[in-house]
Amino acid sequence: MATETIQALLHEAFPEAESVDVLDRTGGGDHFHVTVVSPRFGGLPLIDQHRLVNAALAGPLADGTIHELRITTRGTT
Amino acid sequence: MSTLREQIQNVIDNEPVALFMKGTPQLVMCGNSDRALRALLEAGAPVAAVDILPDPRIRQELAEISGWPTIPQVFVKGELIGGADITEELHASGELRRKLDEALGADREQTVTTVPLALAPVS
Repeated sequence: MATETIQALLHEAFPEAESVDVLDRTGGGDHFHVTVVSPRFGGLPLIDQHRLVNAALAGPLADGTIHELRITTRGTT
Repeated sequence: MSTLREQIQNVIDNEPVALFMKGTPQLVMCGNSDRALRALLEAGAPVAAVDILPDPRIRQELAEISGWPTIPQVFVKGELIGGADITEELHASGELRRKLDEALGADREQTVTTVPLALAPVS
């Protein structure tokens, strides 16, 4: 359930993304590893890339849906 | 006594490398805090660690200061570097050591300390 919500939020925030992957790391629905590949990340410092992902997931991060979040971002140019 | 916010800001501003984590370097309570700590130690960073677990207000105040929602958080010379993923990634590419060399000098001492915060009772 949460996996689809997170996927939808990321697609909404990164409509230009080449790929958006959400992995439920433990199967428990609260430890996630998200990977976003987007041209928007190209040339952006890593911390700003992660800030964009955190911002997209601010809701589920704040309400505890996401207990643990791993982020991988890659730019394409 | 200074406020919790002031104490946190003080650690960020004055410690060469500040790590806000779950647990302490001696007793790490979370895999991600462990990943960040390991990367820092392997890159030769001095670490001033703050355990955020004793009081939920620590995490709350920290998030308001940094604008970063998750734990751990790594600061070098007052600047947020990121969480566990970024710290690991920067370490893997060698950039973390370069950043530390640049900010703190290559012949830095590597001490690991835990910085306690004074917590006012919940009113």
